[in-house]
This record gives sequence, structure tokens and C-alpha cells, in this order.
Amino acid sequence: MDHNNTPEIIYDKNGKAYEVVDFNNDYTGDKLGFWFFLFTELMLFGAMFLVFAFYFYRFSADFVEASSTLNILLGGINTFVLLISTYFMGMSLLDLKNKKISQAKLKIYITIGLSIIFLVIKYFEWMIEINHGIYPDSSVLNAKEHGQILFFGLYFTMTGLHGVHIIVGIALMLWVIYLINKKTINNKKYVVLENVALYWDLVHLVWVFLFPLFYIIGRG
Amino acid sequence: MNNKSFYDETHTVFGHHENKLFQWIFSIDHKRIAILYMIVMFAFFVVALLVALTMRIELFYTGEQIIDPDTYNQAFTLHGVIMVFLFIIPGIPAVFGNFLLPLLIGAKDVSFPRLNLFSWWLFLFGALLAIISLFVGEGFADTGWTFYAPYSVNTNTNVILALSAAYILGMASILTGINFVTTIHRLRAPGMGFFKMPLFVWGLYSTAWIQVLATPVIGITLILVILEKTLGIGIFDPAKGGDPILYEHLFWIYSHPAVYLMILPAFGVVSEIVPTFCRRTIFGYRSIAISSAMISIVGYLVWGHHLFSSGMSEWAKVVFSFLTFFVAIPTGIKFFDWIATMYKGSIVMKTPMLWVVGTIVTFAIGGLTGIVLATLGITTHLHDTYYVVAHFHYAMFGGVVFMLFAAMHYWYPKFIGKMYDETQAKVAFWLIFIGFNILWMPMFIAGALGMPRRYFDYLPQFEIYHQIASIGGFITVGGVFYMLYVLIKAVKNGTKCGPNPWNATTLEWQIDSPPLLENFKHTPYVDFEPYDYKNGVPARNLYEKIDKGV
Repeated sequence: MDHNNTPEIIYDKNGKAYEVVDFNNDYTGDKLGFWFFLFTELMLFGAMFLVFAFYFYRFSADFVEASSTLNILLGGINTFVLLISTYFMGMSLLDLKNKKISQAKLKIYITIGLSIIFLVIKYFEWMIEINHGIYPDSSVLNAKEHGQILFFGLYFTMTGLHGVHIIVGIALMLWVIYLINKKTINNKKYVVLENVALYWDLVHLVWVFLFPLFYIIGRG
Repeated sequence: MNNKSFYDETHTVFGHHENKLFQWIFSIDHKRIAILYMIVMFAFFVVALLVALTMRIELFYTGEQIIDPDTYNQAFTLHGVIMVFLFIIPGIPAVFGNFLLPLLIGAKDVSFPRLNLFSWWLFLFGALLAIISLFVGEGFADTGWTFYAPYSVNTNTNVILALSAAYILGMASILTGINFVTTIHRLRAPGMGFFKMPLFVWGLYSTAWIQVLATPVIGITLILVILEKTLGIGIFDPAKGGDPILYEHLFWIYSHPAVYLMILPAFGVVSEIVPTFCRRTIFGYRSIAISSAMISIVGYLVWGHHLFSSGMSEWAKVVFSFLTFFVAIPTGIKFFDWIATMYKGSIVMKTPMLWVVGTIVTFAIGGLTGIVLATLGITTHLHDTYYVVAHFHYAMFGGVVFMLFAAMHYWYPKFIGKMYDETQAKVAFWLIFIGFNILWMPMFIAGALGMPRRYFDYLPQFEIYHQIASIGGFITVGGVFYMLYVLIKAVKNGTKCGPNPWNATTLEWQIDSPPLLENFKHTPYVDFEPYDYKNGVPARNLYEKIDKGV
């Protein structure tokens, strides 16, 4: 592929010049495509929120009761951990644009560290429930009210799905580090990092909705 | 033509390969990827046709003939899964969209060529997963292609593998959708505003939005069924307070828009073929373009009509029934626009046009019986009968697949650079068209008399309808094989054709057949309408301009 960097220029009848968009090097297109991907993520989680809304409406009292057994402190800490991590993610992009490569990499490593802290806290939260015998299809859980079974079914499904997104995010960040080391990502070409930062914002945003739905409704 | 076509050279994802096969399966050229899709899709299409024929043979007489009832359940599931997920949904967008979208808008490729190849690999992987599930454990799922809970949760057949396959195919579809929306927004040739795009592009645009926004919903729904089966989370399990009807809602929130996802690009194909063979611009360009977008929006809000007899409030039923009637309006607008284009035109009845005219008949029957089924009173009687099966096949086979065949005949010279035998292709059309009507027309009557769908056996009074239908089935399948034979034969023996054998006006006909690797040597400035004819000939010929760049 011999794509030299001079864009193709064509002219209309009046001699006005137009630049033909190069499909191999289209910053706006790369961003646009990623936004469409984020829409699909919104629909994915949106369907789950729809299911949650449906059962919350049907079993409000059970949901409130089940929610009050979750550890709001651990959930709250996790909310802050993710919030701080999105700050570092965004700052790393700024550093990269300003050619502070090692600063940018450091901030991505901090983001990865915070995500791992999130997962560890999440692990302990899950283990608390599981040690109480509460996990899908357990005899303890199946003996509870219908609404509580569904609450915990949704809890494990939705936080699990969110956790999978965190793990994917960590993998993406390691990949970004690799690309920065290879100089594929630099202060001129940074769209990959920008898109990963957008993804990370989405992951955080989903958690911002998961947190009140699972932890706070029991505190009313 | 001294130019090398895309068959002679290609870009691949890992650089250069000596191996010819690798040059294909790692190619990131949109045209090669389209052909890769076509090969996989038609292989599965033939399998699903033969499965359907097996069912028709089984139903020829009452009682058991060649397969037992459990196998029959697996057979109609296999037929449905292949036809829906592996043939009709990817069909027109993945093959003709991939090949033609960049050509129609004056682009050198899609926005994300590597992602495009990745979609095909996902598609292949999903397809292989479906095949694997045939041969391991308890065999293929026996749930029907809709995987309704709670049965899909309880059955011992390979539902999990089939669901994973459908999920992966859905991902492939999403990525294609993202690629197309971005391509249409970013890579149109300078000067080509949204209302100067060919109508097939409008069809693909509306389709791609449905792929992006609806497919994730079925993705998560299928995951929930898998979690239900493996972990027992209870969301669709009534014993734990879950609601199986919720599954139906979530399933149809995607799967009804999916029906429009199938038909919209097909409508786009018709909007390309009709002006070309009437030698005049299309009637009501804007109304066709906007009605595509309208169908994809309103099509989102009609899913409830699949649940009329599942238990839903009367209010919801009335609203869904009204919206279902309403979605027929933009569809009707398109039909009247096409007919108005043909009216008093000097129509050239070549094979693609013949397919389109045939489709207008069969799809009208499919669409209008849909209106009957949207009527709340009547649908209670017709629900889950052969009437629904006949309606569905008139809309899907008589609509989408016929239009796909029309597209195959229309763009064949552009794909291959040669022309098939016109007379033989017309014979194939008449075989399929007549066989098709013999096959499904009796099912309307049988269904109205109470023949339920998906049954292995039937009462003696339905025998005559089943026998007529089975005879029609043989004619249809024979016709399809004959058509494929005619088209494949012409790859070798066809007569060479120039860039523009149909005297069409859109950009893909202004370049060599088959096209060059990056399509346009010089990008044209598009300051004209897509279907511009003067005195029955195209108003301009851009071949020289694109070739030489003057």
C-alpha cells in the first residue's frame, strides 16, 4: 500500500477544491465509529437496566430489603476508586498530547492499579455474599422471597458483566502502553488512547448507575 | 481494459502472502470480503434448503415417513437458525453492502477495512459453532429459532452452543453496522450530500442503525438464557419469580427490528433496479429515502405484536396493533413510488427487473397478510398456524430473498465482469416464482382452517394442502439449484461485458467490471442526482473522467 501523505484533491465545476477523506487516516471517522460502538454498549446495559426496572417495579419491597444487606461502604469506596481512575485516564491523554510520554504512561499504570483495586474489593464483596450462601441457585437463596432471588440474580449478573468490562479495559490499557512503546501512539496520533479513555468513561458511568440501584435503594 | 482488477491484486491484513487462499481469507479489500461472505452464506443456504425439503417430504403423508418427531423439531430449528442468522440477516448488507457501498458513494473502501475482515471471521466462527452443535451431545437445539424460555432453559439439546453461535453472529452484524454508518458519514465523495446518495445506500444506512442499536439487546438476552441454564439466576424462571414473557419481549425488541433489518436493504436494491430498467429517474426520491429511516424507527416499536396471545394488557395490544398498521404506511409509500416510476415507462424486462416485478407481487401478499395478522381479533384465531408461516415466508423468501436474487442478477456483471445467459436466468425465475406460490399459497388456507405450525403430524383433512405445498417445494428448490447453476456456469463461459451493461447511472457503473483494487483511480465530484436520465439514456458518462482524472 503506497499511501503517501498528500491527500487527493478534486475540484467542482467552479474550480473550488475539496479534499477526499483518506479512509486509512481519518481521525473523525475513528472517533465516530467508536461512539457508535459505545451506543451498542449503552443498549447492552440498557436492556439489563430495563430488566432491573421491571422486577424492581414488581417486587419493590423485596428489592429494598435485599439491597440493605449489601455493604454500602465497600460499594462506595469502589465508586470513588473508579472516579479517580477516570481522572488519571483523562490526564494521561492530556500528557500524551503535550509530549509528556513517560507521564502519560505512568498515569495509565495508575489507572490499571486502581482498576485492580476495584476488582479486589469487588471480589471480597462477592465472597461475603457467597460465604453467606447467597449465590445463584443456592439453597439459601432459593429459600428466600422471589424478589430477593431476582435481586441477587441481577446483582451477580450486572456487576459481573460490569466486571468483565473492567477486565477488558485493563487489557486495552496494557495494549495502549505497548503501542506507546512502539511509538504507534504519539502526540500526533492518539485516537486509540482517546477511544480507550471514552470506553473507560462508559465503564465508570455504568457503575454510577449500578451503585444507587443496588446499594442505595435499601437505605431510603 | 489494461487495468488489473481486485481479483489480481489485494491488500491483506498481514502484508503480502504468496498463498492464493491466504490472499483471500486475510484480504481487507471490501470486495473480496463480500465474496467471502457470499461463499459461506450460500453454502449454508443450500443446507437449510435441503433441511426444509426434508421436512416437506416428511409432511407429504400423515404419520412418520423419514424422520422422527424429535428430529423434526431439530430440523425446523436448524432451518430457522441458518436462514435467519446465517443467510437473510447478513445476506444483502454483508455481501452486496460490502461490495457496493464504497462503490456507490465514490469511496476506495469502508472506514475500517480490518474490522470488516474481523466481522467475516466472527461470522465464520459463529457458523462453525452452530455446525459443531449439530454433532456433539444431544444434537442441535429443538426450540425453534426463537429460543423461547422456559423451554430453551429446560431442554437438554445443545441450546448453549446455538445461543453462543447466534451471539457471535450478532457481534459480526454489529461491527458491520458500525462500519457502514461511519463509512456513509465520512467517505462519501465530495459533493454527495445525503440526498444525492443512491437509495440502496439509504437502505443500508437505516439497516446499519438497526444493527447498531437493536442487536446488543438480543446479545444480552441470549447471555441471560445461557446464565439461566448454567447458573440458574432465575430471571426467566417462574419458580424463582422470573417471567418467561419478559424473554419474549426482550427477544422481539431485537428480532422484530431484525425483520426490517432484512427487508430495508432489499428495498434499496429494488430502488436501484427500477429506475435503471425504466430509463428514468425514480419517482419520489426523498419519500423513499425518508421512509427507510421511518421504517427503522417505527419498526422498533412494534415488537409487541408477537405477544398478542402471550398475555399482555389490552391497552398495550391496541397500541402495538396500531403501530403495526402504521409501519405499513412507509412500506406502502415505497411500493407506490416504484409503481409510479414504472407507470407509462418503457420498461426493459431483463432478469433483474423480472425478479423485482415478481417480488412486488409476492411481497405485497406477504405484507398485506401481515396487516391481517396485526388485527387483534383475527390474530387470536390465526396465531401459531400455517397462516403465519405462509405470511412470514412470503415476506422473507418472496420479499428479501427474491430481492437478493434480483441483486445477484443485477450486479453480477459488476462482480464478475461477464454476463450470464439471459434466457436461462429467466427460466430459473419462472421455476422459482411458480414453485414458490404453489408451496406457500395452500398454507394460507390450511392455516386459516387451523393447521398449527411446527407440528410433526397433522389431521387427514390437511393432507391435500401439505401435498400441494411439498410439490411446490420441490419445484422451488429445483429452480434455485438451476439458477445457481446458470450463474456459476457464467463465471467461466459468460460473455464479457463492459463497465455499464445496463445503462445505469450510479457510480459503480462508471468504473471497470470487475472494479480495480481501490475502485476509483480519481474520485469524482458528485454534484448530480443519482438517477439522472435524458431521453432514455444516462445523462452523463464518467468513465473517462474517473479513469484519466480530467
